[in-house]
Amino acid sequence: MAVKTYLQAISDGLRQEMQRDKRVYVIGEDIGVYGGAFKVTQGFQEEFGAWRVIDAPLSETAIVGSCTGAAIMGLRPVAEMQFADFISCAWDQLVTVAAKQRYRAGTAVPIVVRLPSGGGFSGGPFHSQNPESSFAHIPGLKIVCPATPADAKGLLVSAIEDPNPVLYFEHKHLYRRIKDEVPDERYTVPLGKARVHREGDDVTVVTWGAMVYTADEAAKQLESDLSVEIVDLRSLSPWDKEAVLTSVEKTSRALVLHEDTRTGGFGAEIVATIMEESFESLDAPVKRVAAPDTPVPFSPPLEKKFIPQVEDVLAGLRDLAEY
Amino acid sequence: MAIAEQKGQTLSPERLKEFLREMLLIRRFEEKVEERFRAGELPGFLHVAIGQEAVAVGVCRALDDGDVIASTHRAHGHTLAKGTHPNELMAELYGKVEGCSHGYGGSMHLYDIERGNLGANAVVGGGLPAIVGGALAFKLRGEPRVAVAFFGDGATNIGTFHESLNLAQLWKVPALFVCENNHYAESTPAKQQLPIEDLTKRADAFGMTAMTVDGQDVEAVYKTTTKALKHARDGKGPVFLLAETYRFTGHYVGDPQVYRPKEEARHLRETQDPVEKLRARLDVSEEDWNELDAEVTDLVEGSVEFAKNGTDPKPEDALKNVYA
Repeated sequence: MAVKTYLQAISDGLRQEMQRDKRVYVIGEDIGVYGGAFKVTQGFQEEFGAWRVIDAPLSETAIVGSCTGAAIMGLRPVAEMQFADFISCAWDQLVTVAAKQRYRAGTAVPIVVRLPSGGGFSGGPFHSQNPESSFAHIPGLKIVCPATPADAKGLLVSAIEDPNPVLYFEHKHLYRRIKDEVPDERYTVPLGKARVHREGDDVTVVTWGAMVYTADEAAKQLESDLSVEIVDLRSLSPWDKEAVLTSVEKTSRALVLHEDTRTGGFGAEIVATIMEESFESLDAPVKRVAAPDTPVPFSPPLEKKFIPQVEDVLAGLRDLAEY
Repeated sequence: MAIAEQKGQTLSPERLKEFLREMLLIRRFEEKVEERFRAGELPGFLHVAIGQEAVAVGVCRALDDGDVIASTHRAHGHTLAKGTHPNELMAELYGKVEGCSHGYGGSMHLYDIERGNLGANAVVGGGLPAIVGGALAFKLRGEPRVAVAFFGDGATNIGTFHESLNLAQLWKVPALFVCENNHYAESTPAKQQLPIEDLTKRADAFGMTAMTVDGQDVEAVYKTTTKALKHARDGKGPVFLLAETYRFTGHYVGDPQVYRPKEEARHLRETQDPVEKLRARLDVSEEDWNELDAEVTDLVEGSVEFAKNGTDPKPEDALKNVYA
């Protein structure tokens, strides 16, 4: 197995699906000759031509809306939002049209929307968000947030295969920073199945995306005192309740960590579920570590305050251990 | 439906009589829907298109079987004209399992995928982007099919309209954009919502071929649509078809219509009724008319019976069909 970056794994997965299935096409802004803002589709237009790698005008609404129509007519579109933040322009077409099409019309809408998300490099308020929780609230959408290169590829393949609209959140801070072994052949990682990133006995951390690595660093630093289990959810819709509850029942303590803002964040849903279904197994109140309820700031010291840091997780874990 | 008439020749009286029947069916259906709504039998909101029947029939009769449409919140006429049986439509309005959306959609969210109806879209302008995507699929596969979006004058103000026309023209996809200009966006008259009078200028802005037709003349609508479809099917790109039409009723059933002169609707009914216009042109005898009317009225009455005897969905079915 070759070692690949998270970004290369996404690119490879997409290319393989396009080679395998002629119905798959990609559409987005600057994705053709330019290869995409982050170069995920570099070289794709040469290989597949301009009608399967469509450079679209600045039209997020029509990009997503046209994908819905093409999907109903039998194609398998994969749209790229240049930044996840721009999906707000397509809210109506995604949330009102695509997400409800199956329910009201009985038709499948096999579209994938790729969403480069997250902060960590001063993208500022419109280029750093993690809006996954807003969409996790919408019945009819599926949501994946891979953390590792292997999952990035396998989940993308599953997302393209899935007959529903899938939002694929790829974390920009992981693109070139995270490398790992990725199988060359085609494979899938099932939607809705969590992964235990690190096994432990004393505290469970439930997280996803880039925060998996923040949690991992905190767990390493506490290694001699506290055995931390990290559950990487991988999908938020559907999400793997069973894996979370199984881990919490083992450790009796849980911390939920996300880069999205705190209030109404998906962490609240996880906490509520643990309280409803595993209250008896808890030895301490479930803790949340999340971004504060502000836009994502630009200046590095401000952004560092916004994004949950290893120290924040350490403090949360120590509180839980001492409770 | 590839018949000689589609080449632009004069339509036979027999064919026009079929159009008359279909328009009358839609008229009687919507009158019945108004009546049953006022009687408290139909849940939700209802928007009828009485006065606009010639657009639905003229456009849909010109389509081939493989062509698809997207409709609006005023969807009954388009849905019937695209081939959905009145029973299935009425059952949907009654919220029954036998309805064309199985009770999940209602009047504003009708669909019939088997008959090429991708769905009514009750967010104004919401159906246009999917039509561009459908047309893209036809183009990429080299299929001689056209995707058709119906929308009103109000929709030409919304972003989906502009993004969709831009993409469609850029890609030269086989799409037809049918603007039913009934001169009101809900309650807002044209002069308060449109800074221009001639809406084809909006298509001009994208370099798109535009055609204008009298939307109260079903034969003209049919012929112009046929021309537009040929343009799209021949790979020459999309067409914007502006149909000037009139809504004889309010925005919704029960609308007091305080926003227009009291005489306007009556005057329009007397002078612009597409059904009466065609009836006069065909010189239909009293006897033939009564026979035709009785036939479609029976069909509509039958649809009410069918709907009332339909099956209520099981409450737990609300939890199904969220995901494919």
